[in-house]
Amino acid sequence: MLLVLWQVLASLFPSRLFPSPIDVAGHIWVLATTDKLVADFAKTLWRSAVAFVLSMIIGSAIGIALGRIRWLDRLFAGWVVVGLNLPSIVIAIVLYIWLGLSEFSLILAVMCNKIPLVVTTIREGVKSFSRDYDELADAFRMPFARRLRLILLPQLMPFVLAAARTGLSLIWKIVLVFEVLGSDGGVGFRINVFFQFFDMEGILAYTVVFIAIVVVIEYGIMRPLEQKVSGWRRARA
Amino acid sequence: MAQGPRVSIDIREKRYAGREAPVLRDLAFDIAPGAVVALVGPSGIGKSTLLRIVAGVDSSFDGAVTIDGVPAHQAPPPGLVFQDSRLLPWLSAVNNILAVRPDISRDEATHWLDRVGLAGQADVLPDQLSGGMQRRVALARALAVNPRFLLLDEPFVSLDRHLVGEIEALFAAQIESEGSTAILVTHLIEDAARLADRALLVGGRPARIVAQRDIDIPRRDRTPEDVLHLSAELGGMQAVTAAA
Repeated sequence: MLLVLWQVLASLFPSRLFPSPIDVAGHIWVLATTDKLVADFAKTLWRSAVAFVLSMIIGSAIGIALGRIRWLDRLFAGWVVVGLNLPSIVIAIVLYIWLGLSEFSLILAVMCNKIPLVVTTIREGVKSFSRDYDELADAFRMPFARRLRLILLPQLMPFVLAAARTGLSLIWKIVLVFEVLGSDGGVGFRINVFFQFFDMEGILAYTVVFIAIVVVIEYGIMRPLEQKVSGWRRARA
Repeated sequence: MAQGPRVSIDIREKRYAGREAPVLRDLAFDIAPGAVVALVGPSGIGKSTLLRIVAGVDSSFDGAVTIDGVPAHQAPPPGLVFQDSRLLPWLSAVNNILAVRPDISRDEATHWLDRVGLAGQADVLPDQLSGGMQRRVALARALAVNPRFLLLDEPFVSLDRHLVGEIEALFAAQIESEGSTAILVTHLIEDAARLADRALLVGGRPARIVAQRDIDIPRRDRTPEDVLHLSAELGGMQAVTAAA
């Protein structure tokens, strides 16, 4: 429906700055076969994936610690608030100045933005764990590994998934902005180049491919994973 | 037939951090192997606290609780039935049993479900079972963990009387066949009259044993009239001690 609306509007207001979906589809094909579209997306996806995985691991570990150890939470709660509210552009610029315009500083800047969000989500999740289940595990003398696998992780997974979903959408955006700010390639870098030439077809071509990838990840990975991990909740409904 | 363990309870004082008054004080009694003791008292008086101590969950108290001479928190886990069914909602009925008894086979776990009348329900998630069926799974789990030593914390609360009758019958059959030692915490005197060999009335603040009554009539021989008579007697004792 969106495509039809887009096509109708493009027909009503024909302009170089408002190409039709058919024009954009054609341009995607040209970029994919002759230009750097694949390489740019590979670069952006690689940066996003590394930043995402590392942020989830580090953020979850810190979130669990803060959720379980009260004095640690009291000590670092302020840090988390600062981290959540630091403008991402400031972090990126500071890291670029300190570490140079490198792959490492870009990924680190993305992680610095993402980790406080994961920490907050996981920490709140851990705090909401049922003490009843801890008592159950104590009464039946469940060893730590078993407790972790059968009691703690199933309670944590909805929060991990929530952190992953919000994190993914945040990371896409931040990576693109940081690529515009300074990088040697990637979707953000290329869109900035298109912007210099007012190449609307190129911008929309990259945007459409970008959205397609996000939709594939959502429906191909996130939802099946959610179904698998939280399928038992349907029994409650 | 192997009987359940001997339980020895001697709690001088139990208090929670941040509270001025202790919850329990000078609470001492022994339970002979194979005996069923009912702890009867009003809600919120500390019966569940006592049960958590006996289960080895809470070891921060002044005194000693031993199971066959071993401190409660070091003893093998009891077959504990909580006030709520407390099943893990992400695991099927049979996996709820295997979660706490990983050393038994799936067939054995299923056998415990069969024994409480849940044949064919092994793979059903707790939220797909009725409240009564969930309680049965909880009982099956307790029996699978330790059929010789059972701790039941208000296991019949908020169940309709028909269901209570069914679960009580299952419980009675189990303790007869295994010679289980059991502690039944309840605020309903008739539960004690129906199932216990000894009823201990808990009262006061801090809680202590205010009266007790040995019940000599064997459980299987108790008629509804006996239960009524015992209930009336225990109710009278409770009223007298409460007034004093």
